Amino acid sequence: MRTDRPKQKILGLVAAALAFPAVAFAAGGETTLLKAGNDIRNQASLQRGARNFVNYCLGCHTAKYVRYNRMAADLGLTEQQLIDNLMFTGESPHQTMTNGMNPDDARKWFGVVPPDLSLIARSRTPDYLYTFLKSFYVDPGKTTGTNNLALPGTAMPHVLWELQGMQEAVWEGHSDAQGNVQKHFKEFKLASPGRLDPEQYDSFVRDTVNFLDYIGEPVQAKRQALGYAVIAFLVFFTLLCYALKKEYWKDVK
Amino acid sequence: MMATATDKVAVKGGNGRLAALTAWIDERFPLTTLWKSQVSEYYAPKNMNFWYYFGSLAMLVLVIQILSGIFLTMNYKPSAAEAFNSVEYIMRDVDWGWLIRYVHSTGASAFFIVIYLHMFRALLYGSYQKPRELLWIFGMLLYFCLMGEAFFGYLLPWGNMSYWGAQVIVSLFGAIPYVGDALMEFIRGDYYISDVTLNRFFALHVVALPFALVFLTIAHLIALHEVGSNNPDGVEIKKVKGPDGIPLDGIPFHPYYTVKDMVGVGVFLILFCLVMFFAPTLGGYFLEHANFDPANALQTPPHIAPVWYFTPFYAILRAVPNKGLGAALMGLAVLLFVFLPWLDRGKVRSIRQRGPLFRFFLCAFAISFLALGWLGLNPPTPTYTMLSRVFGAVYFAFFLLMPWYSSVDRTKPVPTRVTYHAH
Repeated sequence: MRTDRPKQKILGLVAAALAFPAVAFAAGGETTLLKAGNDIRNQASLQRGARNFVNYCLGCHTAKYVRYNRMAADLGLTEQQLIDNLMFTGESPHQTMTNGMNPDDARKWFGVVPPDLSLIARSRTPDYLYTFLKSFYVDPGKTTGTNNLALPGTAMPHVLWELQGMQEAVWEGHSDAQGNVQKHFKEFKLASPGRLDPEQYDSFVRDTVNFLDYIGEPVQAKRQALGYAVIAFLVFFTLLCYALKKEYWKDVK
Repeated sequence: MMATATDKVAVKGGNGRLAALTAWIDERFPLTTLWKSQVSEYYAPKNMNFWYYFGSLAMLVLVIQILSGIFLTMNYKPSAAEAFNSVEYIMRDVDWGWLIRYVHSTGASAFFIVIYLHMFRALLYGSYQKPRELLWIFGMLLYFCLMGEAFFGYLLPWGNMSYWGAQVIVSLFGAIPYVGDALMEFIRGDYYISDVTLNRFFALHVVALPFALVFLTIAHLIALHEVGSNNPDGVEIKKVKGPDGIPLDGIPFHPYYTVKDMVGVGVFLILFCLVMFFAPTLGGYFLEHANFDPANALQTPPHIAPVWYFTPFYAILRAVPNKGLGAALMGLAVLLFVFLPWLDRGKVRSIRQRGPLFRFFLCAFAISFLALGWLGLNPPTPTYTMLSRVFGAVYFAFFLLMPWYSSVDRTKPVPTRVTYHAH
């Protein structure tokens, strides 16, 4: 939560402690971020997100800090469900989510090693990831055939094109003082539809981002639940201390 | 004298065995004497207000940081290859590791909030004035150690902001003429921020500076209990004593201030836990987003800024076009606090008796400190840089003009007794 007036900094800090902080943080491109609107307490969404993640992300990206069995337990899955549905390459459930891609090959294919995604939601924010996955558009000038408005020049191809279809970016131009034409992004136009309609694609991305948010800090739902109990105790404790203080200070004249 | 004190406790204690144990200790160690002189018969002014909570809270946070730090050290690996992984291991695989880590990271910011409010109290009520100059200097040394502690500690998670933040701060020493480059190598132990740097910062963070902090805290308290606490009226309570030699406006620290400070502790812990359980990164202010990317010597974060508690000084650094001069002014901005007892020529201590000039300058200083803090968090634009210069000038004016405005200011007479309304 960024406050405009410096005088309110301390107030802002306190206010931010009381409310979930609205994150004002843009990485990469100058697009306005869409709201991911994900909810890490929604287990069904997390389970769908896990399915999406292992099917569409894990081939190239890793989540090397995430242990399969801990993830399954947090998502309400049994070990058998985990093995049957989310593990394809013969790891043990206590191992972490890595893949078989050779970093040197990756560099040859993409120019970079696809980053580990364990903490991507923490370093980039869920809103950014949601925006990123919805911002691929056709760009014949790129080797991957697509570009991304949220991260221009990204090495990542549009992996979800079969689901979303292909969008084209519509630009509008205006001449500046020097007579140069400045291009501004106006909107996306769906050039060829995919298997999912736009609403379905949005919720597919939301579930995936929700899962990324979860693996960024697996304990966060538990942390908040514990927080209520601790705060309740502290309020009780403080009231008790206050009564004690009142009692003692009666003597002070 | 000692024997009578012991006897009294023995009678009061009632419990024969406990009293006997106390007596046994007192013959060998001045336990009862210390307890009395420092706590139960240390007389503090009865009119201490809200601003006086932050001393005990600072001590609480110090203890919190030391305890949580011990448990972090058990699981953390100070090596460039393992540091970032071990922090994630603490967050995910160590039982309650996430709690220990968030206690420590929230505690770091809480420490500075508490210390800044504690220092502001001293400005409000002239607590640095004679005879409390040494008390103030010990406090400032504590503040410098705390800054060092925070800086060294911030490198340890080995995130990308850790790395580049350390790079920026260490490079400031490069601005020192002649020895700058050699000094930078000496600090890093290498030609760049590396595994070697991480190891020595770890040593300083977990051994050297905590020792310094604890010893200085003890010195700070000894000095405080020698001269006695100041109070919002700036009245020297020792001047008016009863027939028993006890200040008429003084009350024993224990139980009156121990129970009062416990209320402060309760409120503080509620705020602390609200952050820790519901917004541990505080939207990127307490834990920065870029620090969840591992250190990368080849890629800077999009915008390098120190954590909020250093940004007032960082804004001053950035506001000056010349690096050497900027670094010097930044250092001066921190150092000037030390000289307050001699810059202040006021005849009174407390804001309650100060005149309009002092009130104006103190207010302007507080606003510019907060404004600089905010500006330092944001990328420099021409407007922001301009604002940083204006607020920076106000910041320095507060100190450098103080000998003038504090002496010519219209002041009210200091009362002989403190103002206190029984409740």
